[in-house]
Amino acid sequence: MAALNISGLSKHFGTTKAVDSATLEIEAGQFVGVIGRSGAGKSTLLRLINRLIDPTEGSVSFDGVDITKLKGKALRQWRRDCAMIFQQFNLVDRLDVITNVLIGRVAEHSILSSTAMRFSDAERAMAAKALDRLDMVPFALQRAGTLSGGQQQRVAIARALVQNPRIMLADEPIASLDPGNATRVMEALRTINEEDKLTVLVNLHTLDTAREYCGRIIAMRQGQVMFDGPAHELTDAVVRDIYGADGLEDFNEAVTSTSVKGQEPVAA
Amino acid sequence: MSVQATSLSDLPPSVAPIDQFESDFLAHRKSMRLNWAIGSLVFFVLFMLTAWIGDFFKVTQVTTIDGAREWRWIISAGLPRLGEFVVQTVPTLTWENLGADLANWFWRWPIWMQLLLETILIAFMATVLGVIGGFVLSFPAARNLTPNKYVLWVCRRYLEIARTVPELVWALIFVFCFSVGPMAGVLAIALHATGALGKLYSEVNENIDMRPLEGVKAAGGSWFDQIRYGAVPQVMPNIISYTLLRFEINVRASSIIGYVGAGGLGQEFRTAMSFQEYTDLSALFVIIFFTVVIIDYLSEKLRHRIIGMGERT
Repeated sequence: MAALNISGLSKHFGTTKAVDSATLEIEAGQFVGVIGRSGAGKSTLLRLINRLIDPTEGSVSFDGVDITKLKGKALRQWRRDCAMIFQQFNLVDRLDVITNVLIGRVAEHSILSSTAMRFSDAERAMAAKALDRLDMVPFALQRAGTLSGGQQQRVAIARALVQNPRIMLADEPIASLDPGNATRVMEALRTINEEDKLTVLVNLHTLDTAREYCGRIIAMRQGQVMFDGPAHELTDAVVRDIYGADGLEDFNEAVTSTSVKGQEPVAA
Repeated sequence: MSVQATSLSDLPPSVAPIDQFESDFLAHRKSMRLNWAIGSLVFFVLFMLTAWIGDFFKVTQVTTIDGAREWRWIISAGLPRLGEFVVQTVPTLTWENLGADLANWFWRWPIWMQLLLETILIAFMATVLGVIGGFVLSFPAARNLTPNKYVLWVCRRYLEIARTVPELVWALIFVFCFSVGPMAGVLAIALHATGALGKLYSEVNENIDMRPLEGVKAAGGSWFDQIRYGAVPQVMPNIISYTLLRFEINVRASSIIGYVGAGGLGQEFRTAMSFQEYTDLSALFVIIFFTVVIIDYLSEKLRHRIIGMGERT
């Protein structure tokens, strides 16, 4: 049985259908890339899964639990189980790195301990370990806002890890990073996928990154799933169709490429 | 792009783009000037009308030195009386006898110092209470953070009422409830400060970056967690800055509310006025003036330090 079951999922904003009856089955442990032009509904799809927004119709279920019906504490626990990282990192700039990572633990805390920002020693150790996996321990006491984009994204991944998630969503995690940092972040996601056996669902703008890292690629256009299959089946014709590149004489994947040529990927 | 370029050059060159721009620009400038002229005229008329309603054009009778009655414009008739008042409040200070003259001027200083301390304590306690009330309400009263629109409405109306009623009026009400004394003053200023600070804080809240809050929400945080971790760290420097500013304002407010019996130096103004001890008024003015200057100076130093700290890192 698939871990994540999306059936007939739609989200309408006024008359626009951001996601239009998407149906997908994602097996546990897969590394899935979601591609498509801007406005194709990739971000909306991830937000619907994490329940940052509610669907207009359709349902999402995870391990047999219909998460579109969750409310209150159960909903917050689902969000904890379904970690998410963002293009703009969404860290709290004025808090130090370790506290930002510990925010991944807030779902377990009461109002009182939350007010005092009190975390247990075990949680702190967990956060330190997560930071260590991403080589970010030396920055633990620095304010998040003082870090570079790539470093901030790694802190965001550490925050996602301490949530002890069952699935990891990444909404264009490398879109505002330079190629070196983009590689580090993608490698980190790959490591998490392989070592922790976590399902990873990542939105990408860059086709070569998708081909490089994702065993399975889902392409969206105008809210609909247009392609779903292994990377090698994503032919030029399919790509043209997805990106609506008919008018462009010369559609070149290298234009959006973030790969650093002639260099081994940095291990995360 | 290339498609568009060819279609443009196919068009007959009726008007050169730069000439078109020149005529557009002239038309644009002409309408701007007209708008300015109309706006200025309306403003001027309104201002003069207000002045007229406010008796600024009134002509009044005055008695000249030789005893004759004459008609004068109210400003020129009234200004000399300001001089008379100031002269009455000026103490006699002589160089030979300065110490005794000063002692005479500040003759009630033990009471005044005690009342000054009371004034500052009223301002301090009122600021603390006002900050607590304003801070707590500023989150539900911010359009982007409020849990729902009913809570928003209730919080905003409460803050509006609290700040629309002046401290002096709240003081009158609380003196009626809790009798004469500093407690009425503390409550009056605290309530007004809650309204004023709640409004300022909520505007700070409305300008924050919402992405950190989304991050907390996506990690399973409740509304409270989003506020605590996402919003509070962002708004803290502004909150501290506004709070210190409010303390300065509250010192000024607490030095006058004694006029209606709500504690502090204000009550001495009333006493001095009713006993026609006009030099006392200037002495009190000097005391308040220097107190406010010192507090302003210190809090400004502190404020700049806090703002500077925020910018450095």
